[in-house]
Amino acid sequence: MGTTPTTANEEALLKTSLHALHVELGAKMVPFAGYEMPVQYKLGVMGEHNHTREKAGLFDVSHMGPAFLQVTDESLTGDAAHDAVAEAIETLVPGDIKGLKPGQMRYTQFLNPQGGIMDDLMVTRALDPDRQGTLFLVANAGMKESDFRHIEAKIGDRARLTRIDRDRSLLALQGPAAVNVLSRFVPEARDLSFMELCRVEIEGEPALITRSGYTGEDGYEICLMNSVAETFARKLLNETEVEPIGLGARDSLRLEAGLCLYGHDIDETTSPVEAALTWSIGKRRREEANFPGATRILKEITDGPSRKRVGIRPEGRGPAREGTQIVDASGKQIGIVTSGGFGPTADAPVAMGYVDAAHAKTGTAVTLVVRGKPRAAEIAAMPFIEKRYRK
Amino acid sequence: MSTIKFTEDHEWISVDGDIATVGITDYAQGQLGDVVFVELPEVGREVAKGDEAAVVESVKAASEVYAPLGGEIVEVNDVLDGAPATVNEDAEGAGWFVKLKLSDPSELDDLMDEAAYKSFVAGLD
Repeated sequence: MGTTPTTANEEALLKTSLHALHVELGAKMVPFAGYEMPVQYKLGVMGEHNHTREKAGLFDVSHMGPAFLQVTDESLTGDAAHDAVAEAIETLVPGDIKGLKPGQMRYTQFLNPQGGIMDDLMVTRALDPDRQGTLFLVANAGMKESDFRHIEAKIGDRARLTRIDRDRSLLALQGPAAVNVLSRFVPEARDLSFMELCRVEIEGEPALITRSGYTGEDGYEICLMNSVAETFARKLLNETEVEPIGLGARDSLRLEAGLCLYGHDIDETTSPVEAALTWSIGKRRREEANFPGATRILKEITDGPSRKRVGIRPEGRGPAREGTQIVDASGKQIGIVTSGGFGPTADAPVAMGYVDAAHAKTGTAVTLVVRGKPRAAEIAAMPFIEKRYRK
Repeated sequence: MSTIKFTEDHEWISVDGDIATVGITDYAQGQLGDVVFVELPEVGREVAKGDEAAVVESVKAASEVYAPLGGEIVEVNDVLDGAPATVNEDAEGAGWFVKLKLSDPSELDDLMDEAAYKSFVAGLD
């Protein structure tokens, strides 16, 4: 998840409910996916990155697209209601949504008929018995408008989409101290399992928290009413462990964690198998073969894809950025870097990209062409850091 | 006595005789953020004014540093190889990039003095 910045003229930029707080905190604001967002605060990208890995970072991700998808047949309750809404969304994604337990969250992708990735998203099943038949979706900022249109066009008769991105804010609190910090305000946070949701009250208003994030660290995503978002954000920031973190560090954190950025590492031309996301395609879904692009995707699972997303470690200290060509010993192009930078925690340049299957094995020596000059590199396992999600 | 000049690309040039020491300004390092790598040219290379002379990489992005004047690279700052953050800590001192033997010292006249650079930067914010 995470999104491609889109160009937008400055007057049209949207602001999140924390905009004034970002400015007050000294953030450098940039256009991102149609919003004016903080790219960094006073600590700077490296300081913010390290702080998140060591303590806790607070991210405003209100530009993303949270929505509820609710089964239209109101006569259905319990598992039957869940099955109905799950069957509807499963026509668009390859993830096993039906198999989610109440409150469980799963990563999946909207696929086009060719099996290309239209967007990636998180899908969570409602926890409460009286809310079965509702899914909580979070789509990428830059893709949410087209995602919502896609859902309505394809399954609008079976499930009703309610976007909640305009009256709710989305915060991410990430890092090893996130559990202690959030538990001071929301006691339910402590025992929440990884990739699970619970409904809580924040500042007297209903809110949803999930134990999830996009940094490779333990942490939470908090969906709360705009009216209380700033008050609550200030309370979190008042805790000694918490610093505000901008999009710059969000990018270096997710890259070290080996997580895809939509529009860069995955797009409509890449399949989930090529993107090394096969793990997210449910076993039952493979057997049923009833998701968009199933023919191509199942063939790629059986025969192996022609190219694959891999981690890349350039030798030395210089980063290899997005767009860097990957060549073999003879100089023939075998791939391209789709995300690359310097990993502050890895203390080394790290990158990911696509290479021809023959060169995709971990440890394979490859050459990167950086500013016209060859640079030695190696195909590397991802993540580049040890993930510390709560088990 | 040395003269210090500045460019609109946020480089500083300290001239002593026909040798110019070149670096990026404190304003520039602040804009770039934490420097993680500096690619320096080979000693002995001839550069024309405007040629790419170095690349400075932050966590976020790579930025080219262009030769502010023409000449021969006579020395590069090897300290940056092991300690690129020196650029952040002391951009206009220990964080220098290259020393150039100027081919045409009169090119210096086109550059800004410190007062002109300060007002140039003030106009950017």
